[in-house]
Amino acid sequence: MQRLTAQNVTLAYEQRVIAENLSVEIPDHSFTVIVGPNACGKSTLLRALSRMLKPAAGQVLLDGQAIGSLPAKQVARTLGLLPQSSTAPDGITVADLVARGRYPHQGLLRQWSAQDERIVAESMASTGVAELADRAVDELSGGQRQRVWIAMALAQQTPLLLLDEPTTYLDIQHQLDVLDLCAELHEEQGRTLVAVLHDLNHAARYATHLIAMRGGTVVAEGPPAEVVTAELVERVFGLKCQVIDDPETGTPLVVPATRQARAKASAPAAAV
Amino acid sequence: MTVTAHSPAGGPERPGGPDRPGRPETSGRPATRVLRGPAGTSLRVEPRALTAGLVLAAAAAVAAVVLVGTGDFEIAPWDVVQTLLGNGTPANDFIVNDLRLPRVLVALLVGAALGMAGGVFQAVSRNPLGSPDLLGFGYGSAVGALAVIILFKGDANQVALGAVLGGLLTGLAIYALAYKQGIHGYRLVLVGIGASAVLVALIQYLLTKAQVVEATRALVWLTGSLAGRDWAQVWPLLVTCGVLFPLVLSQGRALRMMEMGDDAAYALGVRVERTRFLLMLAAVLLTTAAAAAAGPITFVALAAPQLARRLTRSPGSNLLSAALMGAVLLLVSDWASQRAFGSDQLPVGVVTGLVGGVYLLWLLVTERKAGRI
Repeated sequence: MQRLTAQNVTLAYEQRVIAENLSVEIPDHSFTVIVGPNACGKSTLLRALSRMLKPAAGQVLLDGQAIGSLPAKQVARTLGLLPQSSTAPDGITVADLVARGRYPHQGLLRQWSAQDERIVAESMASTGVAELADRAVDELSGGQRQRVWIAMALAQQTPLLLLDEPTTYLDIQHQLDVLDLCAELHEEQGRTLVAVLHDLNHAARYATHLIAMRGGTVVAEGPPAEVVTAELVERVFGLKCQVIDDPETGTPLVVPATRQARAKASAPAAAV
Repeated sequence: MTVTAHSPAGGPERPGGPDRPGRPETSGRPATRVLRGPAGTSLRVEPRALTAGLVLAAAAAVAAVVLVGTGDFEIAPWDVVQTLLGNGTPANDFIVNDLRLPRVLVALLVGAALGMAGGVFQAVSRNPLGSPDLLGFGYGSAVGALAVIILFKGDANQVALGAVLGGLLTGLAIYALAYKQGIHGYRLVLVGIGASAVLVALIQYLLTKAQVVEATRALVWLTGSLAGRDWAQVWPLLVTCGVLFPLVLSQGRALRMMEMGDDAAYALGVRVERTRFLLMLAAVLLTTAAAAAAGPITFVALAAPQLARRLTRSPGSNLLSAALMGAVLLLVSDWASQRAFGSDQLPVGVVTGLVGGVYLLWLLVTERKAGRI
């Protein structure tokens, strides 16, 4: 049994059901990436896995126990989340923001231990923001800021880390920076990572485990080399394409078909 | 206790530290310090916030002593201190302890309660305008108090009770209306403004129903005044603050996490909705207790947290400084209401209202310059 699983969950916002009877297991020590078209429920699934969204039915289990029934701080010491958007308080410095990641390990009378100090320093070093420690977060570039938020999540020192679209709004270079960082955390520190990504080629290159979703159900899961096929991409994204070997890494690379070919392919579907 | 400089980036060899040339010094804020006690206990302290807090506390004490000495019969500050310590003349003792001290204590506690409540609401709504004044809680208390004055012709205690109930009901109604899978700052402010409009209409309606005597009483209550406050107002206020201040302060760290957004706070193990409900309830109770004791005093809850923040230069909410700043503001306003306008004694609510209008404009202008609105 894996540490983090969702069992037969129904996910809904108010009356709007996003997914029904969904079961997912996150393999321990994997870098799992959830992919799928817009509104397929991938971010919703991540919210449920990180206990931000309470399933309408079924349950999310962390170490065999219903995640909603565990003490909040205890969960926060096991499972971290990088939300899609967070607000840095006005004028806060990088070091102070990263230090907030230590919150679940602290108490009213135990606000700052030597260990906190060391872990915050390590987190900033491993995300490359140590030299920004005294800068105000609001002055940083988007890529720097995202690394600061990741540093905060790292300072939480959780064996499981969930990232909701960590590369959105970043340029290609910074997207790769963030993904490289994730790969390092996974390979060198043995953490289990779960990320929602939009770019299928990034997912195929970096993930060790891929979950492809469409319409609130899991269409396929497994190693990218097995999951990413032309047939699956068409089924999941409705995109006619070729899948070739990435010349750099040998992982699957999705190359969309030409406009004309795609128009021809989608014409009968549109007529239905 | 030992004190160590806290520099999360590591020791003095930290790259990019203040001593490194060529890097602009951006924050200019002194490093956080850590106080270590026995058994691994530790407290994070920001020296500037601590200094600001001590200065504010001292200012409140000085203002209180000056205020006690102010009135038709002037008493020198030193004599006030002596009298408070029990070494005064019988005449001074009567004036200080029976007549003026209750009023000053009410001012102090009302100011602190409003400052802290304002700090909570601004943090919860993530909006500098999210103060109990603008969210309608003050109007709720006013409707409660006016209903008692005008419809039931109740005595002072019943008016106070009416104010508490009115504020509390308004608070719960606004919470329920703004609740949609949790409370969001923007919605809270919008619902609060809507509620204010309805409540103001109710106040106007009640005033039209009033006879002359009751209408006068109602208008005096609506202005917010500290005149004639005695120990009967002090004790309930003291108990309320004594219970709620520690409660609110104990949630201060969680509140700071919530400034980063609900998701981020949740991820860090803060039970966001529970904390927010507790804090809002405490802040509403503080606001209504203040209104019950002194009427709706505007501007203190709005300005105190902002001024405290600019003084401490600490990012995010700083509830203790906000409370101290509120106390100082109201004490000074009360002094001004007695002294600054010649022989006319103004109700303190007029002074805070005047200053509040100016402050609000200043806030809007600076926020606009900073590109936030």
